[in-house]
Amino acid sequence: MNSIIITAVLVLSLLGVALAIVLYLVAQKFKVIEDPRIDLVEAVLPGANCGGCGYPGCRGFAEAFVKTDDIGSLFCPVGGNDTMAKAAEVLGQTVEAKDPMIAVVRCSGSPELRKRVVEYDGASSCKLATALYSGDTGCQYGCLGLGDCVAVCKFDAIHIDPVTLLPVVDEEKCTACGACVKACPKFIIELRKKGPKGKRIFVSCINKDKGGPARKACQVACIGCGKCVKVCPHDAITLENNLAYIDYNKCKLCRKCVEECPTGAILEINFPPRKQKVEGQAMNVESN
Amino acid sequence: MLKTFAKGGVHPPENKFSANRPIEVLSLPAKVTIPVSQHIGAPATIVVSKGDKVKVGQLIAQGAGFVSANIHSSVSGTVESIEPVLDSSGYKRPAITIAVEGDEWEPTIDRSPELKRHIDADAQTIIKKIAEAGIVGLGGATFPSHVKLSVPAGKKADVLIINGVECEPYLTSDHRLMLEKGHELMVGIQLLMRALNVDKALVGIENNKPDAIKYLSEIAKEYPGITAHALKVKYPQGGEKQLIKALINREVPSGGLPIDIGAVVHNVGTAYAVYEAVQKNKPLFERVVTVTGKNLPKPSNFLVRIGTPVSELIAAAGGLPDDTAKVVNGGPMMGKAVTDITVPVTKGTSGIIVFPAAESKRKAESVCIRCAKCVSACPMGLEPYLLIRMSQRMMFDKMEHERVLDCMECGSCSFECPANLPLLDYIRLGKTEVNKIIRARKN
Repeated sequence: MNSIIITAVLVLSLLGVALAIVLYLVAQKFKVIEDPRIDLVEAVLPGANCGGCGYPGCRGFAEAFVKTDDIGSLFCPVGGNDTMAKAAEVLGQTVEAKDPMIAVVRCSGSPELRKRVVEYDGASSCKLATALYSGDTGCQYGCLGLGDCVAVCKFDAIHIDPVTLLPVVDEEKCTACGACVKACPKFIIELRKKGPKGKRIFVSCINKDKGGPARKACQVACIGCGKCVKVCPHDAITLENNLAYIDYNKCKLCRKCVEECPTGAILEINFPPRKQKVEGQAMNVESN
Repeated sequence: MLKTFAKGGVHPPENKFSANRPIEVLSLPAKVTIPVSQHIGAPATIVVSKGDKVKVGQLIAQGAGFVSANIHSSVSGTVESIEPVLDSSGYKRPAITIAVEGDEWEPTIDRSPELKRHIDADAQTIIKKIAEAGIVGLGGATFPSHVKLSVPAGKKADVLIINGVECEPYLTSDHRLMLEKGHELMVGIQLLMRALNVDKALVGIENNKPDAIKYLSEIAKEYPGITAHALKVKYPQGGEKQLIKALINREVPSGGLPIDIGAVVHNVGTAYAVYEAVQKNKPLFERVVTVTGKNLPKPSNFLVRIGTPVSELIAAAGGLPDDTAKVVNGGPMMGKAVTDITVPVTKGTSGIIVFPAAESKRKAESVCIRCAKCVSACPMGLEPYLLIRMSQRMMFDKMEHERVLDCMECGSCSFECPANLPLLDYIRLGKTEVNKIIRARKN
C-alpha cells in the first residue's frame, strides 16, 4: 500500500521537475525583451485608450514614446502638459508645454436663425444623412444635429442642445482628443487653442457660399464681406472662398472683429460682458 | 411559367397610373439649368461662356476623359450664368443656366419624323457618334454608353440585352416609348448590335405590359436577330445582373461585369437615343419623363428638354396636390427625394413621383427579430441583417469579406423588413467605407 503512494509521488515529482526544466528552456528561447520603461510610461498615461494621440490606445502611445527620438512630436491630448511632463521624466527628458486645446463647433444655425426647409426621417446618423442630401436647411455646410459627435465622445463632453439643436462642448470635460472632429462628416468641429482663462474668438460658420445665398440660408452665416479682415490689427484673419478664418496663433483676442461682423458670425467665448451693448445686434452666448 | 431571376426579389404595388397616357411634348420653359455632371464619371468641361448665344443641340460642355459624357444645350437662347446651382440632393454643383429665346435647332439635326431604317455607319462610327451625342444609360444609372460599347481587349460580347423591364412601380416612360417608338427602337437596337458585332438581341419586358410585348414581338419579325420576351413581374428585374439571369440564365461573377459573360445590357430609352443620334444626328438633350402620383390630377408622360425645372413638369401634370409631403426623382424604390422642386430634369431623371403625407414617412423602427426576410429578398444573395450590424459597429473590413460591394442598392431588404430597420442606409455607408479601404490599399 505504502509503496504505491511513494511511487506515485515520486513519478509525479519527477514529471513536474522535467516539465519545469522544459518550460524554463522554452521561456529562455522565446524570451521577449521589452523596454521596462514602456510600462512606466503607460502607468502615467490616463488609460482612456481614446486614440486621440493617433496611436491605438495608451500602450501604443507608450511604445512609440519610448522608441521615438523626438518626444516633442507626440502629445497626449487627454493628459495634457502634466502627463507629458511626467512621461518625459520617466525617460529623463523634458518637453515643452503645449497650449491646451478644445473642440469648437463652428455653426450657430439654430432653427430660429437657420430655417428648416426639408424634413429628414431617415436613420439618425449624420454620416448617413450626408450621403443622401445636404441637410434640412438651406445651408449645405451647416450642422445636421444628428449627433455623430456625441456618439463618439468617450468623455461625455459634447451634447446636443435641445433648443438650438446644435452640439455644445463641455469645457471641463473636453480633452481635445479629436474624436468628434473626425466623426463630423461636415467638418464643422475644429480643435482650437483654449486661450487664457478659456477666452477665445472664432468664426462660427463654415459656409463657403457667396454673401446673398449664405445670408438667405442662415442669419448668422459668414457672408465673406471681409470687414473683419480689414479691422484686425494682427493680421490674424484670412478670407478664402467667401469664408473668414481666424488663426488662433496670431489672434490677440482684441475682439475688434466681433464688433465689426455684420451677421454676428464671429463668437467670443468666456469674455466678461461688454460695457455698452449695441442695440439689436445678436449678442454672443456665454459658452459654446 | 414565365422566366425571371432566381434569387430574392419583391413585388411592390405597381401603381402605374400613367400607363395609358401617350407621350406629350412639354412646352419650353423660360429658362433651363443644365448641370455639367449628369453622368457617372468626371464632370464635363464647360465650353461656352456667359452671354454666348446657343442653339438647340449645340455642345456646351465637353466630356472630360473617356468615362465622361458630352452635354448639349437643350434650348436656343443666351447663356445667362455659369454658376453652381442646387441639385436634387441639396448640394450646389456647377451648371449652365440658359435663358430661352425661340427654338432654333442646329441645322445638322434631321427633324423629319420619318423612320430611317437603312444603316450605313460601321461599328466605329456608331460608337463615335454615341460618344459625341453624350448618350448615357437612361434607365437611371447614367453610365456613359460609349464606354459600355467599347468591349475591352480579350473579351467578346455574344448577346445584346435590351432592358424594357421597367420594374420600378409608378414609372411608365419606357413602356410608352416601346409602344410609340417601336420601329425607331428596333433600328436603335440594330445599331447597338452592329456596334458590338453581335447577331442576337433580346428585349426583356415584364408581363404587366402585355401591349408592349405583343407589339414589339410583332414588329421584331421585320428585324433579324431581335426577339421580345415576356418576364414575370418581380423587382429588381431591371438590374443588369438580374435581367441577364432571367433572360439567358448566366450569372455575372461577384465583382465582375456583364461583359465577363459575354452580355451587354442597354435600356430601351438608351436604344432610342442611339437611333436619334446615329440616324438623325440628334444629341441627347431631351428624354421621356413620367410625372405621377396617387393624388396628382393628371399623371402623364412628357418629352422634356434636359434642364427644365421639375416644378414645371408637376404644373403640367395638374399641379402639386395640397397634401404632398415628398417629391421623388426616379422610381419609388431607388429614386431620391428632392430637397427643392425647382431642381432641373437631368439625363437620369426617369420619373417624378409626388407622394401624399400618409405615404411619405418612414415607419417607426423596432428591433431585428431575425426573421431573415431581408435575406430572402436580396437579389444578390447577401445578408442585410448582418451587414447593418457590421456597419453600425464600423466593422468595415468584415463587410468587404461579406461582399457588400455586390449590393446594388435596390432597397428590397428595407422594403421587406418588418422591423423597418434602415438596412439600406447602413449598407450604403458600408459600401462607401469599403471603397475607401480599397482605394487606400491601392495607393
